[in-house]
Amino acid sequence: MFGDYSISDLGAILAMQGFAGLILFSVYVLMALGLAIIFGQMGVINMAHGEFMILGAYVTWMTSSAVQSVAPWLFPGYFFIAMMLAFVASGALGMLVEWALIRHLYKRPLDTLLATWGLSLILQQAYRSIFGAREVGVELPEWMMGSWQATDAIQIPINGMFVMGLTILITIAVFYILFWSSWGKQVRAVVQNRVMAGAVGINTEKVDRYTFALGCGIAGIAGSAFTMIGSTGPTAGQLYIVDTFLVVVFGGAASLFGTIASAFSISQTQSTLEFFLSGSMAKVITLLTIVAILMVRPQGLFALKVRK
Amino acid sequence: MIINSRFFNRSELIGFLALAVLLFVILPLSVDIFRLNLVAKYLTYAFVGIGLVLCWGYGGILSLGQGVFFGLGGYCMAMYLKLEASSVENTKIQSTPGIPDFMDWNQITSLPFFWKPFHSFPVALMAIILVPAIFSLIIGAAMFKRRVGGVYFAIITQAIAAIMTILIVGQQGYTGGINGITDLRTLHGWDIRTDHAKYVLYFVEVVLLFGCIVAAQFIRLTKLGRILVAMREQEDRVRFSGYSVANFKIFAFCAAAVFAAIGGAMFTLEVGFMSPSFVGIVPSIEMVIYTAVGGRMSIFGAVWGALLVNFAKTSLSESFPQLWLFGLGALFIAVVLAFPNGLSGIWADHIQPRIDRLLASRRPKSTNYVADGAPAE
Repeated sequence: MFGDYSISDLGAILAMQGFAGLILFSVYVLMALGLAIIFGQMGVINMAHGEFMILGAYVTWMTSSAVQSVAPWLFPGYFFIAMMLAFVASGALGMLVEWALIRHLYKRPLDTLLATWGLSLILQQAYRSIFGAREVGVELPEWMMGSWQATDAIQIPINGMFVMGLTILITIAVFYILFWSSWGKQVRAVVQNRVMAGAVGINTEKVDRYTFALGCGIAGIAGSAFTMIGSTGPTAGQLYIVDTFLVVVFGGAASLFGTIASAFSISQTQSTLEFFLSGSMAKVITLLTIVAILMVRPQGLFALKVRK
Repeated sequence: MIINSRFFNRSELIGFLALAVLLFVILPLSVDIFRLNLVAKYLTYAFVGIGLVLCWGYGGILSLGQGVFFGLGGYCMAMYLKLEASSVENTKIQSTPGIPDFMDWNQITSLPFFWKPFHSFPVALMAIILVPAIFSLIIGAAMFKRRVGGVYFAIITQAIAAIMTILIVGQQGYTGGINGITDLRTLHGWDIRTDHAKYVLYFVEVVLLFGCIVAAQFIRLTKLGRILVAMREQEDRVRFSGYSVANFKIFAFCAAAVFAAIGGAMFTLEVGFMSPSFVGIVPSIEMVIYTAVGGRMSIFGAVWGALLVNFAKTSLSESFPQLWLFGLGALFIAVVLAFPNGLSGIWADHIQPRIDRLLASRRPKSTNYVADGAPAE
């Protein structure tokens, strides 16, 4: 499959596909960061994570339409407002779900999978009833369109770089929150030993609720980024949930750093293969490789060495 | 826990007889052939459910990829039927006669090698059992020997279901793509589309279903079944007692796969086509839903769950298409939160004791809704 291209062509193709994969990478990282917090830290299998992402995408779409009709002068910057609103909306829904559903199931992780699947069905139908079954697309402001000509052969889309930058910022923020803030220390204490954490005065229920909400909120931001690569429909989230779980498991469930590394390798493999093969075969080969690697190394790329 | 020396205890015997009377007598006599065919379609999911009871309820291995095995069984049957339907006389308008129509549409000029064995009926029947068994053996051995279990196993089986669907849809020329394998006509020269054939197939399926129930019950009552339960509760202790935990898990997973494949093959015969929409993530999880609603610990519960949920799905989605997904989602959350043992749990905890009390005071009336006999676990 490489035969028809010269070396320099191949280099340019790899670079361009690599940058084209950046938005996919960003969506994966943001989705997987949220999931890694919920699944890796709390042990909850949230099958409705894709629907939280789609909620963020719908919020972005609503914000863009609202800004366009009410305050067109704000349009170039609407994306920042939309992202914050998406975070708040998904986070609030996450908090509600944790209170109503998840907190009863912490001792039965496999059952959270089934219950959140039920939740995802309800959310999908709710989106279909509210927003309609048709897919909606978001209009980008002027400055995000087009691409930057790096060399003769290489073009880099601007919105890709923008989303990429945002992803890095959010990732740093998540790391800061989890590893340096006092609240993050509480979260990790609860994860490691719930009973002891409660004994030293941490309100474990509250920590659980906010952790879950944080994970869902990040999924909402992922939804904002998602509007740039795909059109938003009621069932669009479901397409991403398996990929995202694989990203988290492949990276090593408890390791946030591994999550980023695996999101990068998976999105780049897929995006590069897509140039040479059909989209579906690229996906099959990527997924098969991950499953094969996971069979050899079930703990994922970066496993924490902990005593069980 | 009292080890029961009889094959069925009293409540299981009632459950078995009630199901037999319903499926062999009441339904064929009371509903028309269209509805009976629908029941037959629902019952194909009961095969998957019985497998899941063994592997999930007893073994504690949640597989979210049962649709793969259902699909493998179904596709093996469909490939045989398709080859029979695309004989040279039937397909002489094609540019290459004698190959299935979708291959001709995709500019494939000769039959691919993996289709060739399916010219023969015995080979196809063996493939229905062997292909899923070998496939599940490979997956099971790779996972359980490395002590991958629980959540990770569920996610990886789900990924396999996703891969399978994408592969089938993507390789249109070899698999029929998103439409699946359609236009199936005869089984070994016998037309499967007539009403008479549908009656015969229904009874064949019910007999097979009871065969699977008895097989599952046999597995449950042997030492193997007890080790499965012990493993689910305290895997390490079983391992330290000298049992090879992985091998027992592989066996349960393979047994579940074979049951699912039989269901899939019957599905192809009953419905007359097979498509990737019965293979992927969503159908696989729905199969788990049927089992959970019926009761993950009860073999009969799985059959009732498959029947009732699908019946509700058909009737609700016909009349309230909007409400159906809300209903299914709510049902699922309710089952998980309030009734972890499903219908059979409700039966065993609430209805069975009342009947026992009635029995103690006077002779019981005929029980027209004798549901799942819950197992005395």
